[in-house]
Amino acid sequence: MSTGQCRAGDRTYVIRLARPEDLPQVVALDVEITGIEKPEYWNDIFGRYSCSGDETNPRASKTRLNRFFLCAADGDKVLGFIIGEIRAWEFGSPPCGWVFAIGVDQEARGMRVAEMLFQAVCDRFRKAGVTKVRTMLARDDTLVMSFFRSQGLMAGPFIQLETDLAP
Amino acid sequence: MKLQKATRCALFAVLELAADPARQLSANEIAEKFGISTNHLAKVLRSLGRVGLVEAVRGAGGGYRFSGNARRTTLLDVIQLFETIDPIAQGEREDGDDTPEGQGLCQVLTEIEDTARATFASISLDTMLKLVSRYR
Repeated sequence: MSTGQCRAGDRTYVIRLARPEDLPQVVALDVEITGIEKPEYWNDIFGRYSCSGDETNPRASKTRLNRFFLCAADGDKVLGFIIGEIRAWEFGSPPCGWVFAIGVDQEARGMRVAEMLFQAVCDRFRKAGVTKVRTMLARDDTLVMSFFRSQGLMAGPFIQLETDLAP
Repeated sequence: MKLQKATRCALFAVLELAADPARQLSANEIAEKFGISTNHLAKVLRSLGRVGLVEAVRGAGGGYRFSGNARRTTLLDVIQLFETIDPIAQGEREDGDDTPEGQGLCQVLTEIEDTARATFASISLDTMLKLVSRYR
């Protein structure tokens, strides 16, 4: 699995499980990207998706089955994060990997951080036995959509629908 | 969905040249590969040259080569040089558009237009070349 050191120019970083001390930086990154502060959401996500321990040692690891919250870090500095999980049988869809959050520090752009994070979460999906990865994002979010396209993602057989709920 | 002939010529030419930016190809060579008219392609290449996506190389062994940025140029950038893929969003109106039926139809067609635009806008030439390589 992609947990080793990644190199970008003269900088190196690692992809690893998110740690409690990463959360303030992840929240700050999210605010920088989305412009919306949502501390309760992040506390809830961290509680449900973060793991601890050594992934390579199942006895020592307290990993959460099928949920993955990873960070790219240069020392204590979080350069980016990705969160995903395995979902199954939603409207007949066999188990597949879902990525529902990704963010990279502006200063770390061009270091292939997003690509390394995505490959790392895909490695975990593969290890868990699924053969497909999916995501959903805003149609006008060209930057992130271009990134996923560059990783080979295409439109799938499901379509997102919505409506306003009458009061 | 169908793209106009000039748009297809442009996409073929740009992808062929961007696959190897150091390589020069004549309009004839590109036209032959894709089975398109050399005259038509020559006009398209001039349009691509005006926006800096290709450049003409003069002299013996001359031709065209890619001069754009394949990671920054999207399919939409190329397509929009030759046609509009979202006429409703661009303000084009047709008879009956002001009726409730026309408005409902416009909403459905706009959904299709938005999806097409988002798709073309999110695929760079670089990504497209990776996709093409799957078929080789």
